[in-house]
Amino acid sequence: MTDYQTHDHDVLVIGAGGAGLRAAIEAAASGVSVGLVCKSLLGKAHTVMAEGGVAAALANVDDRDNWRVHFADTMRGGQYVNNWRMAELHAREAPERVRELEAWGALFDRTDDGRILQRNFGGHRYPRLAHVGDRTGLEMIRTLQDHGVHQGIDVHMEVTILSLLMDGDRVAGAFGYDRERGRFRLFRAKAVVLATGGIGRAYSITSNSWEYTGDGHALAYHAGAALQDMEFVQFHPTGMVWPPSVRGILVTEGVRGEGGVLKNREGRRFMFDDIPENYRSQTADTPEEGWSYTQGDKNARRPPELLTRDHVARCIVREVREGRGSPHGGVYLDIAWIKERLPKAAEHIRRKLPSMYHQFKQLADIDITTTPMEVGPTTHYIMGGIRVDGDTQMSTVPGLYAAGECAAGLHGANRLGGNSLSDLLVFGKRAGEFAAKFAKEAHDTRIDAGQLEETAAIALEPFSRNGSPGEGPFQVQQDLQTMMQDLVGIVRTDSEMQRALEGIGKLGDRARRAGVQGNREYNPGWHTALDLPNLLTISEAITRSAIERKESRGGHFRDDYQDKDPAFGINVLVRKGAGGEMQLSREAIPALPPELKQIIEEMK
Amino acid sequence: MAVEALKPDFADTGEQLEKQSASHKQEQVGRATFRVWRGDSTGGKLVDYTTQVTEGMVVLDAIHQIQADQANDLAVRWNCKAGKCGSCSAEVNGNPRLMCMTRLNDLNLEEPVTVEPMRAFPAVRDLVTDVSWNFTVKKRIKRFKPRPPDAPDGTWRMAQADIGRVQEFRKCIECYLCQDVCHVLRDHHKHDSFIGPRFLVYVAALEMHPLDTENRIAELKEAHGVGYCNITKCCTAVCPENITITDNAIIPLKERVVDEFFDPIARLVRLVRGKR
Repeated sequence: MTDYQTHDHDVLVIGAGGAGLRAAIEAAASGVSVGLVCKSLLGKAHTVMAEGGVAAALANVDDRDNWRVHFADTMRGGQYVNNWRMAELHAREAPERVRELEAWGALFDRTDDGRILQRNFGGHRYPRLAHVGDRTGLEMIRTLQDHGVHQGIDVHMEVTILSLLMDGDRVAGAFGYDRERGRFRLFRAKAVVLATGGIGRAYSITSNSWEYTGDGHALAYHAGAALQDMEFVQFHPTGMVWPPSVRGILVTEGVRGEGGVLKNREGRRFMFDDIPENYRSQTADTPEEGWSYTQGDKNARRPPELLTRDHVARCIVREVREGRGSPHGGVYLDIAWIKERLPKAAEHIRRKLPSMYHQFKQLADIDITTTPMEVGPTTHYIMGGIRVDGDTQMSTVPGLYAAGECAAGLHGANRLGGNSLSDLLVFGKRAGEFAAKFAKEAHDTRIDAGQLEETAAIALEPFSRNGSPGEGPFQVQQDLQTMMQDLVGIVRTDSEMQRALEGIGKLGDRARRAGVQGNREYNPGWHTALDLPNLLTISEAITRSAIERKESRGGHFRDDYQDKDPAFGINVLVRKGAGGEMQLSREAIPALPPELKQIIEEMK
Repeated sequence: MAVEALKPDFADTGEQLEKQSASHKQEQVGRATFRVWRGDSTGGKLVDYTTQVTEGMVVLDAIHQIQADQANDLAVRWNCKAGKCGSCSAEVNGNPRLMCMTRLNDLNLEEPVTVEPMRAFPAVRDLVTDVSWNFTVKKRIKRFKPRPPDAPDGTWRMAQADIGRVQEFRKCIECYLCQDVCHVLRDHHKHDSFIGPRFLVYVAALEMHPLDTENRIAELKEAHGVGYCNITKCCTAVCPENITITDNAIIPLKERVVDEFFDPIARLVRLVRGKR
């Protein structure tokens, strides 16, 4: 066997955003040895970009809030295909996880009486998001990072994992390469936690960075794990649309939470035109009531701009398609208008939304305290992912765990804003805890040398193909992104998705032919070539799952099946078949226990 | 090697850019040349690439376009492309900048735009540098140590007014541009005895945290080398988060060191109390 640089850990965590860091901290605290693999440098993972806040029923701002309301909100937002056990644990444990961050040094914005301040967000009945201006993700990842570096965790920066290693049906480690020198690395582990985030790079308009190529989803799939509900992709309603180079960059929902309103080119607040039935009783009747809500009036109901993201995104698409959009194909998001209501409004906006102010000023020459922003939907998040056990976060493969965005279940068909950061904390901790427990009880594993040699040989193939100008990995990736955006985007039909499947096949052929120039040292062309198979796998899983779900629910909207169908109150599973083909099945959701059912009924 | 000698004083960087931008603010659509440093730890050279420029583009877009169309193996770090992660630090026309936040219409595109890696760190490849020293420095700084919770609910109370300053420091995205520009590190290579502006800000955030009970003053003077900073404020000038590094973080830390070690009254009090 080739002598690869080898690392031995009890628990290997792949991914170093919020979920991975929290998992690593928890596993290390229980006394096992932990390795943490980062695709980028430590502290640069996607969590750093989260803006609005972390959802937890602390009840600091509105004492009517509690875990039961948070649970009901999460289930309603997810259209009841959530893993209810995860929704319950998440709502119960999020407050403790947030307070724990404070004990580790995080400094959230404060209420007048010195407690953690909470803000309004879409789909949350009460102000629930603990936040730091609009840079909450930075505060969270830095707190976890600075705490984690003192926990004896071995951090492997700029390492990408190519495959999971198996010993029989059990996970035994992972095999990858470091970016700096391009050398292969072997990680032996008794348990592995996947915390690799999402898939946004499968689409051309996205708020996600280059890292988001569905690595964890693909690794788990090829290791035999089931993926669940991959059709549920969240298109965040407000991304930047102009200038072209910033298209897709996120504009936080916090803008709407602070009173920002959506208008079409005619100046109409179109969100009042279409309010879904199951949210009608919670939604303001008038702009006046909506404004009162954002200013903390407990008797007011929320403005329609704070309906769930799937709905707001579709309303924006409708306005644009019917010719009422802004000049660059979006709509207007106006926070400047609050100067009619608030003294020193400009100062208030800059204090509450500093990154947004900065971002628009620097990248679009727009002062958001005086001028409305142009915004439109952007691929943001995938609710679907690796199927896990609600309590332990173990996948269907023994010893393989998943947490955060790459795991499925908590968010059902649509995620509420703020529920991602709390997801990372609650289930990152649980995954770390149970992975450590598994590792302590597990026998040593055996690594199959043949599997390593095969993976290494495949990884080096792009160099032997030299690459022709105009057909490198970047071109294949761009064409895949454009196709997924056009054919498996916000509004879907069977015929378009069938075309996408054909396209994925052809792009797979092109990916297998695309070569790269240069050598193995920090070579982005090679890295992109190695990410491509993952992107193709998850694109196929999304497309096949979206074809399978013949209804519209949450983030999944079918033009040919526009209504929700009770028969689809199920999970769609994807597994790798014996012959390597993708197999789909439908899995019934276990019945809700009576006490949870009662909560949902009470809060309808 | 570099065509342009690095400017000795970065304090006027912002002003220079504004002047440049005033004369070039008109929409630029056309082609522009980027003079990009290509090489590794053994050396390298500047290579010219010409690419299409469209409205609103930033330097990172141009680098990506060159990477996709002409040089697939051009190494560059980036993540968020929105000034939030601090990965794409480089020197654009000699100025330390985040490439994702540097608009092309703020630059003179009639001349080639020079893009080089941060020069205070060892080269890895092309625009990627070895910043691992920063991670080892942070680990050496004593961690956050809160006082026991003292509110009835088992947490703490903190007033917004008391955390504003620390929140300013915690805006830091760890782009290390301040480390790149600091002459103590860049020119005098005091990496063994000086932790640099980034980590002085980090220590300041810990020291001024209302809950923290740790004392880092002795290390600040010795191991962290706060005395090396001679307040040229180059770090403040390049900070993309506009943290007033020198005035709000470093000078107060210097004052604490002075109070602790050079104030005769404090010294007397220490003697009487029997502390250090």
